[in-house]
Amino acid sequence: MSFLRIRELVRKEFIQLFRDKRNRPILIMAPLIQILIFGYVVNFDITSIRVALLDHSRTVESRTIIDTFSANRMFQITNVVDDPKAMEELLLRGKVDIGIKIGPDLARKIRRGETAEIQILADGTVSNMTAIRVSYVMTVLERLNRQFLRDIYSVQMTYGRIDARLRTWYNPNLYSRHFFVPGIVAFVVMLISLLFTSMAVIKEKEGGTMEQLIVTPMKPYELIMGKTIPYIIISLIQMVIVTILAVYWFELPIRGSLPLFFLAICLFLISTMGIGLFISTISATQQQAMMTTFFFIQPSFLLSGFVFPIANMPVVVQWLTYLNPFRYILVIIRGIFLKGVGLDVLWPQYTALTILGLAVFTAAVLRFHKRLD
Amino acid sequence: MKPEQASSPFVAIDHVSMRFGEVEAVRDVSMEIEKGEIFGLVGSDGAGKSTLLRMVATMIKPTAGKILITGMDVVSDKRKVKDLIGYMPQRFGLYPDLTVDENLQFFMDIFGIPRGERAKRREKYLGFSNLLPFTDRPAGALSGGMKQKLGLACVLIHEPSLLILDEPTNGVDPVSRQEFWDILDEMRRVGMTIIVSTAYLDEGEKCNNLAMMHKAQVIDIATPAAIRSSFPTLEAAMISRLQEADQDIARDTFRHHAINQ
Repeated sequence: MSFLRIRELVRKEFIQLFRDKRNRPILIMAPLIQILIFGYVVNFDITSIRVALLDHSRTVESRTIIDTFSANRMFQITNVVDDPKAMEELLLRGKVDIGIKIGPDLARKIRRGETAEIQILADGTVSNMTAIRVSYVMTVLERLNRQFLRDIYSVQMTYGRIDARLRTWYNPNLYSRHFFVPGIVAFVVMLISLLFTSMAVIKEKEGGTMEQLIVTPMKPYELIMGKTIPYIIISLIQMVIVTILAVYWFELPIRGSLPLFFLAICLFLISTMGIGLFISTISATQQQAMMTTFFFIQPSFLLSGFVFPIANMPVVVQWLTYLNPFRYILVIIRGIFLKGVGLDVLWPQYTALTILGLAVFTAAVLRFHKRLD
Repeated sequence: MKPEQASSPFVAIDHVSMRFGEVEAVRDVSMEIEKGEIFGLVGSDGAGKSTLLRMVATMIKPTAGKILITGMDVVSDKRKVKDLIGYMPQRFGLYPDLTVDENLQFFMDIFGIPRGERAKRREKYLGFSNLLPFTDRPAGALSGGMKQKLGLACVLIHEPSLLILDEPTNGVDPVSRQEFWDILDEMRRVGMTIIVSTAYLDEGEKCNNLAMMHKAQVIDIATPAAIRSSFPTLEAAMISRLQEADQDIARDTFRHHAINQ
């Protein structure tokens, strides 16, 4: 093996990479945009529920209901309407998330001791958000019912009650940012390493220089190292930048071990480099390589648990996720950053990542070798 | 040292065939190339010249037959053979985004040219090809002729003893072609052996020996003068020979069919 030859290949790769002006925005902007989008824009947090109100009762009781909602910081009564049609219109236009209709007979029924209905209309187009909003509404009404009971009976209950003291661990404020941002670190590493590795090899093929290199005494593995080392370096630099942003800008806690995190990223890189090399052996042009890369990234993003829980997927698809290196790195990164766990907990993920990485990389190298010889 | 090496030819191609699926690109070709000669391959497009050269350059393995370069087999001694040869494909792969100098330096690195030699060789081969004034120009911005000369410089930089050139002057202007052949002449003078395929028969005249290929086969190997024989030009001779060969093939095929029926 000639270290000199590998070093010169790496140097040549860097010269080419930075000389091509089109590469600069990808290298700098891709990680920044990813982390800003997932840090700021993609957000499942419910901070404010817009409510349209229709009160046909106009009594002390209906007033109490309205006051309870308006006193709650989560709710924002944006519209008060008189016409059911107007409320429908507001929901249809997406101006409000929830509509509350109080009928004329509310007070009468309550005073008679009957159950009084109020209608809650919810916009169900974004189903998971709606479910959360509706449950907030239910919580408020529940509390209201208890208050009514106490007002009416106003006697000391002989029974005690159960009080749930809720503590959410690892992400106490349930920021979805803390759920997404750790994954971005791995996603950026995957994107850059996959795309650039396959492109670097294909460029050599397209330009005819590959044929030239084959007749030189250069050995295939020297070429493989010359083509992967630059992008391992770049991926790791990207990782550091994204991690610094995640920690200092988005206040992502680091509760676990950084060296362990670094090890995981390196293991993950073996897989992505392998896939990148593999893509380069099945593509003839840069366009094909680009298409194949995105064809690969899309499902590995969706089938990773990055956004959608794996447990909700059909069983067959769940099996498929075991082949997805991104799945394991996500568990590892979230575990290290948010929970502060170590190898004692994460060893299955580390093992899977290692086995998967070696298998993919070996297969890719063998195929690459065959192509060269 | 094997005793037969002294008398054996520099390149020995022995009953070599190459098949790509159904297509036979090279059929039972044998030839010998002596040290220090320029050996030309001429013939129509698709005659199998490039495939033959690629086999000599260790790029592809022949389906049958043997190729020996100074007694070393291009398949089993591939690594050693690679150190001896320089191969320039029809479309030489330069890095268009690297400068002339960077391209040359890269190939020097790949071939492991020692530090002390580098400056000297750079002067020599860039000087040869008149590229010294353009060292900072990206290879992609060179003219066709200059690109080919840079390609040649990159192949020559490790001073191979066998140079394999596949239609190196295709589409190059006459002046650059002349310059290109001047370099080849100079290389022959210092003892380099050169195999070159060409579509230009005036270049064929400059070779020591010519192999005429047609439809995957070699139909003649001789000096340019012998091939020209009574014809006014090499071109006229070749056209006549190729037509003759086509008739032979047609006759053979006809006979072959007749026997089969």
